[in-house]
This record gives sequence, C-alpha cells and structure tokens, in this order.
Amino acid sequence: MFTAPLLFTILITIINGVLSKSVELTFELPDSAEECFYQTMDKDTAASLEYQVISGGQYDVSVKIEAPNRQIIYQQEKMQYDSHQFTALASGDYKVCFSNEFSTFSHKLVYMELNVGPEQPLPGVGDHATVLTQLETSAEEIHSALNRIIDHQTHHRLREAQGRKRAEDLNEKVFWWSMGETLAIVCVAFTQVMILKNFFSDKPTLYNRL
Amino acid sequence: MELIKLSSLLVIALLADCASALYFHIAEGERKCFIEEIPDDTTVIVNYKVELYDPKSGGFMQTTPGIGMHVEVRDPNDRILLSRVYSLEGMISFTSSTPGEHVICMYSNSTSWFSGSQLRVHLDIQVGEHAVDYANVAQKEKLTELQLRIRQLLDQVHQITKEQAYQRQREERFRQTSESTNQRVLWWSLLQTGVLVIIGYWQMRHLKSFFEAKKLV
Repeated sequence: MFTAPLLFTILITIINGVLSKSVELTFELPDSAEECFYQTMDKDTAASLEYQVISGGQYDVSVKIEAPNRQIIYQQEKMQYDSHQFTALASGDYKVCFSNEFSTFSHKLVYMELNVGPEQPLPGVGDHATVLTQLETSAEEIHSALNRIIDHQTHHRLREAQGRKRAEDLNEKVFWWSMGETLAIVCVAFTQVMILKNFFSDKPTLYNRL
Repeated sequence: MELIKLSSLLVIALLADCASALYFHIAEGERKCFIEEIPDDTTVIVNYKVELYDPKSGGFMQTTPGIGMHVEVRDPNDRILLSRVYSLEGMISFTSSTPGEHVICMYSNSTSWFSGSQLRVHLDIQVGEHAVDYANVAQKEKLTELQLRIRQLLDQVHQITKEQAYQRQREERFRQTSESTNQRVLWWSLLQTGVLVIIGYWQMRHLKSFFEAKKLV
C-alpha cells in the first residue's frame, strides 16, 4: 500500500532526470517577426547560448538576452552565428529573443542551443568520496571528449545544411534567370527585325516620319 | 499515511520542477514548428507542458479542462508519423525510420471561448543519446557505475557513427546534385548558343529577302 506512491515518486524522479537543462531547437523565423524563449535559472548558474542561421536572406539575425530585471546581458545585430557564456546574477526567468524585424521579406531558419548548468552526472557516479580509479578517470575523459566530438559534428551538420540550402536557393535563382534571359533573346530578335523593316517600309510609321 | 503524504508532496514538487525547461508563448490556435535533422533509427523524446494565461490574476493557470495540444510529426518525405491531440502535459517519443529533417508541429485545438488568449508552452526535446534514461537502465540491468559509464560511452559512439554515416550519405547526395547541375548548365548553355545562332541566321535571311523584295540591294 505504501509502496505504490513511493514507486511513483521514483518513476517521476527518473522522468525528471531525463530533463537535463540542455535544449537544442531549430525553428522558423518569419519575416519581420520576433521569437522569444524563456528559461528559468537559479542564481550563479552558468549558461551558454549558441545560435546559427541556417537559411534565409543574408543569413543574419538579431539576438538579445535579457535578465529578469530587464537588464540586457547580450545584444548583437545581424549576426550569422555566435555563442555567448554568461552567469545568472539573479534567479528568475531569462529571456532570449531572436528578431528578424529588419528584414521585410526573408524568412529564416535558426538553430539555437541553450545549456544551463553543469551536465547532469550519471546516477551513482560521483556520489562516493573515494578517489577515482584510473579506469574511471579515463572513462570520464573519454566522455567529455565524445561530447566535444558531438558538438563539432553538430556544427558541421549545420554548416552543411547551410551550404546545401544556399546551393538550392542559388539553383532556383539561376533557373529563373536563364528562363528570363532566353525569353529576352527571342523578344529582342523579333523586335529588332520588325523595327529594321519599319525603317524601309513605304507607309509612314513612328520611325521614318522624320 | 505519513509516507503517502510525503511522497505525494514530493511528486508535486518534482512535477513543478519539470516546468524548469525552456518555455515560450504562443497565441491560441497559432502553429509552432521545430525541425530536427536526425539520422535514421534515432529516438526523439518531446516533453511539453502547457499553461493558459489567466487575465484575472495575470498569471498562468496550471490546468484548464477542454484544451489540448495537437502534435504533429512529419518525416523528411512529408509523411505524417504522428498526429494526435494530447492533453496539456505529455511526453511523446518517436524513432526515425528515414534520415533527414523531421518537423514537429504543435498547436492548441482552439475553442472559440478562449481564442485570442495566450498559452505558455514548456518544451524540451531530447535526441539520441540524450534521450536515454540511464537511471532506468542502471536499475533494470543492474549495472555498476563503471558499466553504466561504459554504456553511456558506447551510446555516444553509436550516435556519432550514425551521424557520420548520415553525413556521408548527405555529402554523396549533394555531390550528385552538384554534378547533375553542372551537366545541366553545360547543356543549357549549348542550347542557348544554338538558339542564338539560329536566330541570327533567321534574322539575316529574313532581312535579305525583305531588302530584295523592296529592291534596295
């Protein structure tokens, strides 16, 4: 009878454990719009924000981080990508805003990663006060190295996506441009002939009246 | 009884802690989409919680009956993997079968009563190795700390390998696209030169016959 709620508590703890405070989001930012995200943070926790524009317009976005007391921690206009580390000076809801207000017709795709606090340790690991064995320390090192690899991989993936989207965009532009050009050549060819013929025709026209 | 009280209190405290994830505001009926570019066979877990803005108190209500969130997940071929109305709080998980951009969209099933009001959505998306719950794994499989750590390392390496395979595939496709574009540009320019030559020839012939008919030459 008593075990059921306890088990439930354990289950919730487990679910809660999944929620480490690191979130990666890729979202669409419509033209002249602003998108804000909020993160509740405790005093003295370290956080880092990383963002990159994947596609759209000049690949730039304006970013602002605001503290709960409306003080601006970080502000950049028209950046393609950047990262910023900061420490919360007070507890409260921190606001991260991405703005596309300067561009009237380009719709953008933005990637954002927000890390708050240190990585959640594995359950059980680090609980005991004894010195770590060599195996444990090297496992720890490998773990952090792999985390770095994943970070780099993410960066690469985004660059690749950026390059791909740009190429697709360019392809479309080139396609329409060449279509237009072909049309222009044909039109010019016909009008040239018509005008030239008009110069020599007997009937008075716009071109030979003088 | 004390134990029940204590644990239920703990549950409430922990549930409240769930809300510490990132949140944003959307208007009722507004659609919000997030894109996840993932390799195949990768698990994604989405945790969300919705609160409704209460104009009376100026705060956000925890529970409102009658409102649900419609969650839709589309795979890279634009097929719907998942489309359902969920309650105000939930956890959705899906595993990708095709690599590429998966789109996760959420919007509230709007009732005219509440339209125009604001919703606060707490959202957390975890992909791949981050989605694995190690506390659960340790409990289920009776692993020691070191075994658990090795398990985590293994998962990370697997994820990196998958991602790399996906990157390679992407690179290959991109290269193919570039090569075919190159080919098409070549043919296009040849065709355009042909068009120019034909038009020039036609112009000359046409004008020549015209001048001859006019007895100008």
